[in-house]
Amino acid sequence: MSTKPPSTLSFKLPPPPEPLVRFENVSMYFGDQEVLREINLAFEKNRTHAIVGESGCGKTVMLKLMIGLLKPTSGLVTIDHKSIVDLSEKEQVVERLKIGFVFQGSALFDSMSIFDNVAFPLREHTKMKPSEIEQAVKSRLQEVGLPRGVERKRPPELSGGMRKRVGVARALMLDPEVMLYDEPTTGLDPIMTDVINNLIQQTHQRRGVTSIVVTHDMKTVRKVADRVVMLYPANRLEPGEMQVIFDHGPNDLPISSDRRVQQFIRGEAFFGSDRLDIATEDIHGAEDVF
Amino acid sequence: MSSVAPGNRGFFVGLGDAAYQFASAWGDVTEFAWRSFGWLFTRRVSSNNLVSIFFQIGVRSVPVVGITGLFIGMVLAVQSYGEFLRFPSMKGWMGAVINRSVICELGPVLAATMLAGRVGSAIAAELGTMRVTEQIDALVCLGINPIHHLVVPRLLACALLIPLLTVLADFMGVTGGAFISTQYFGIEPYQYWSMSQKKIDTWDIFVGLFKSCVFGAAIAIISCHRGFHSTGGAEGVGKAATAAFVRSFVAILILDFFLAMFFNNIHRYFWPRA
Repeated sequence: MSTKPPSTLSFKLPPPPEPLVRFENVSMYFGDQEVLREINLAFEKNRTHAIVGESGCGKTVMLKLMIGLLKPTSGLVTIDHKSIVDLSEKEQVVERLKIGFVFQGSALFDSMSIFDNVAFPLREHTKMKPSEIEQAVKSRLQEVGLPRGVERKRPPELSGGMRKRVGVARALMLDPEVMLYDEPTTGLDPIMTDVINNLIQQTHQRRGVTSIVVTHDMKTVRKVADRVVMLYPANRLEPGEMQVIFDHGPNDLPISSDRRVQQFIRGEAFFGSDRLDIATEDIHGAEDVF
Repeated sequence: MSSVAPGNRGFFVGLGDAAYQFASAWGDVTEFAWRSFGWLFTRRVSSNNLVSIFFQIGVRSVPVVGITGLFIGMVLAVQSYGEFLRFPSMKGWMGAVINRSVICELGPVLAATMLAGRVGSAIAAELGTMRVTEQIDALVCLGINPIHHLVVPRLLACALLIPLLTVLADFMGVTGGAFISTQYFGIEPYQYWSMSQKKIDTWDIFVGLFKSCVFGAAIAIISCHRGFHSTGGAEGVGKAATAAFVRSFVAILILDFFLAMFFNNIHRYFWPRA
């Protein structure tokens, strides 16, 4: 058998990351109030994205649109080319099980123990034996760094950080492909914030999930995100690479020259007419900053 | 050119708006009820979930329903004795009056009213809290239908247990009325019970229990609906609990009227000479 040498040397470039979650011309209104306006975005597979922005600009609404808790007023939100809200009830369940959602307030079921909270998805969607469920729950609680014995407690008996970790454990029980985190570090002390940030990072690395983190904590963004999307009320600014934003600008400031982005990242308040100018600008059109 | 005077336009707009709001709210509750009954026959409810809700709604309501029934029977005896004093020969009819009132009307309506207060507002507050703390959203995200998981067990518990609680209320009311009439006012027990037996038949007991079943379903649907649509934090949950009781109470009285008309017509149709 003869082997033919390659005629030319060629480098195979890695394929561009495939978009998993897409927003196509998405607008969202609550009554007369405009929350999102004509959003076009793509979140790539196996990466960690952060959505940042001022309070009330529609970050959480974006997550709820992704999982189908809300239906966009116009436009299309797809995960893996499927729009959850347009599927039948049975198909919606199948798609939702591919997504893990960690709520801002953890949303643990008060009427159940921690064990039952974490075991709940397995009991509802699998035919595992009680002993297997017990093993899976204990291993997941250990994975998120919760001490033994915590499974017997009720949600109100836990601290905020522990509740968040139980929320992550519950969301991970069915091995989702996408993890959505809604302000995972809000209200936590700096050490617990770091614990949760590490947990998000580890979950991403160990399981290769696509993560989307809504936050206004820039420390979290720096630690966990590959890409960042910044939102302003009823407006969207283009997503950018984390390194570009944080590592290559002067004095560790974002490379973007947009004053709003710089102020947001430095945590400076908007004063006087500046704030009004921004509001006016936001109403009249989108601007790319990254 | 508009035929309505400009001064009246606001009134008509307001009226139209109110009619629209009413129709919209009514449609919303109807759709909610339709979906709840749909899930009732679609998928079995987890027995663990069912037992704990049956305990909360049924067993825990026994004392309040029993005490209410007992005192209603006793009060009826006290009030009617004053009237029967004017016609001493008719005293034996007291049993018929008290027991028929308790079994046909007061038992079902009062048991349902007590449960609307105790259970209805608790259901609305619990589901309202779950709504504002995003626990209902969490259920959806975990692939669970919240109507199947939260509403159907409560609907079953209210519709099946309120008739049993009505039996208890009836029993306590009949006992209380008989005790006061025979032991305190000295009415001959034989007369008391024989007149009761003549005036109350199986149909009356069936109608009373059927009504209580409908009242139970109405309490569950109204209370769960208010809880599901609760907004605005603690204040919203409080409002949902109050609205659940008020609406359930009004619904009980309206349903009682229409069910009474309906069953009276049926009775007249099948037993015209009775």
